[in-house]
Amino acid sequence: MRITVRINGEEHQADCWEGESLLFALREKLGFPGSKNACEQGECGSCSVLLDGTLVCACLVLAAQADGHDVTTVEGLAEDGDLHPVQQAFVDAGAVQCGFCTPGLVVATTDLLRRSPHPTDDEIREALSGNLCRCTGYAKIFDAVRAAAARA
Amino acid sequence: MDVLTPTTLDEALRLKAEHPDAVPIQGGTDVMVALNFDRERPAVVLNLNEVRELRGFSRENGSLRLGSALTFAEIEHGELRDIVPALAEASRTVGSPQIRNRGTVGGNLGMASPAGDAIPPLVVEGAEVECASVRGTRRVPLLEFVTGVKRNALEQDELITAVWVTPSGVPQTFMKVGPRNAMVIAVVSLAVSAGDQLRASIGSASPRPVLVVAPRDDAATFAERVAGAASPIDDVRGTERYRRHAIRVLAERALKRVLA
Ligand SMILES: Cc1cc2nc3c(=O)[nH]c(=O)nc-3n(C[C@H](O)[C@H](O)[C@H](O)COP(=O)(O)OP(=O)(O)OC[C@H]3O[C@@H](n4cnc5c(N)ncnc54)[C@H](O)[C@@H]3O)c2cc1C
Ligand code: FES
Ligand code: FES
Repeated sequence: MRITVRINGEEHQADCWEGESLLFALREKLGFPGSKNACEQGECGSCSVLLDGTLVCACLVLAAQADGHDVTTVEGLAEDGDLHPVQQAFVDAGAVQCGFCTPGLVVATTDLLRRSPHPTDDEIREALSGNLCRCTGYAKIFDAVRAAAARA
Repeated sequence: MDVLTPTTLDEALRLKAEHPDAVPIQGGTDVMVALNFDRERPAVVLNLNEVRELRGFSRENGSLRLGSALTFAEIEHGELRDIVPALAEASRTVGSPQIRNRGTVGGNLGMASPAGDAIPPLVVEGAEVECASVRGTRRVPLLEFVTGVKRNALEQDELITAVWVTPSGVPQTFMKVGPRNAMVIAVVSLAVSAGDQLRASIGSASPRPVLVVAPRDDAATFAERVAGAASPIDDVRGTERYRRHAIRVLAERALKRVLA
């Protein structure tokens, strides 16, 4: 089936198998490999994207369900070649080791700061509870979120 | 495989009647896991995301109609927090923000898992499930709707369109045991309310939902009764003994909270 999805502000089309996820379509058909595939069961958050502005796991959305909808991926956050403030904060804080979890965390953090520009630590913990990192131990990720909030 | 995407409820019901094997999908947080891991290959998937009639909630003569597609995030953040507080507490414990943004109350009942977190608080509030087909609409008490582990009373041509509750307005709470505060499938869970009666329903500790009711005066023996009503099993998440113990402890704590 053919789907039409507005990705990062631009309309894209892809021919999909009916049973495939939005994550698969983004990575393998549409040329947006920023969202990562780790668990394919909603546990790790590395595939986090905004669907019509709502934070979701792209692995749990049927590609066909995104037909006619808006998707923002991590690729859509930087503007004019400048890193998004959240991305810059992750770089500055050293909140990245292997980097596999980073796109999902950056998207989830962006979503958090839009809803709550100056989150408490508990709010950060809650907002990122669906994103797993196997490397950093999370302390630097927290530093990055706090730094991004302070700069905004 | 075919994906059918109706835009009205009438069309959805007609398609379900024409394709009785079609697997409905709302938030996809259960269905997609099965698809991604090749555990299911349905011939037809019925995507209900575009059916407006299933969304949101409304009030009718003191009753509350929760649309099948109402998400846990909507229950957790909106005015429903004060109207169905135990359900809102349960919603807050579901998965992660990403899961709560997509996961729906209708999908939770469709799944009919013993660990479905919407079920105990809705059972305590006497919820009924609205099932619709081209033949008409009926309401089934939630206690009867769940017929076994991951089994429900839907006919092949029916869809869950809503859940009805008449909010009791009495103190109520939900508790859940698991290894961390997020992303936890309940080892056991419990909803308790205290009005003229004490009411409790347990999760992850019986194949079907259970409702325990006692006079308010029986508070001293209530926790024991609730634990006795469970029929837990040993599995990867916990043993039968642990579960029974945990339910008694939860019931004591929950009672303290709602009687305070
Ligand atoms: C990482 C993760 C964590 C989770 N954590 C929890 C948790 O803490 N607590 C919990 O209770 N659940 C949890 N779940 C399970 C799931 O999120 C819930 O069961 C959720 O309520 C399912 O809703 P959905 O809209 O996503 O359902 P879907 O996946 O769209 O559907 C679920 C089932 O219901 C059927 N169905 C859907 N809509 C209808 C309808 N209108 N009529 C008839 N049948 C229908 C589907 O065919 C399917 O069988 C988790 C899932 C994941 C992936
Ligand atoms: S790949 Fe989607 S949550 Fe892990
Ligand atoms: S940096 Fe490796 S998983 Fe987070």
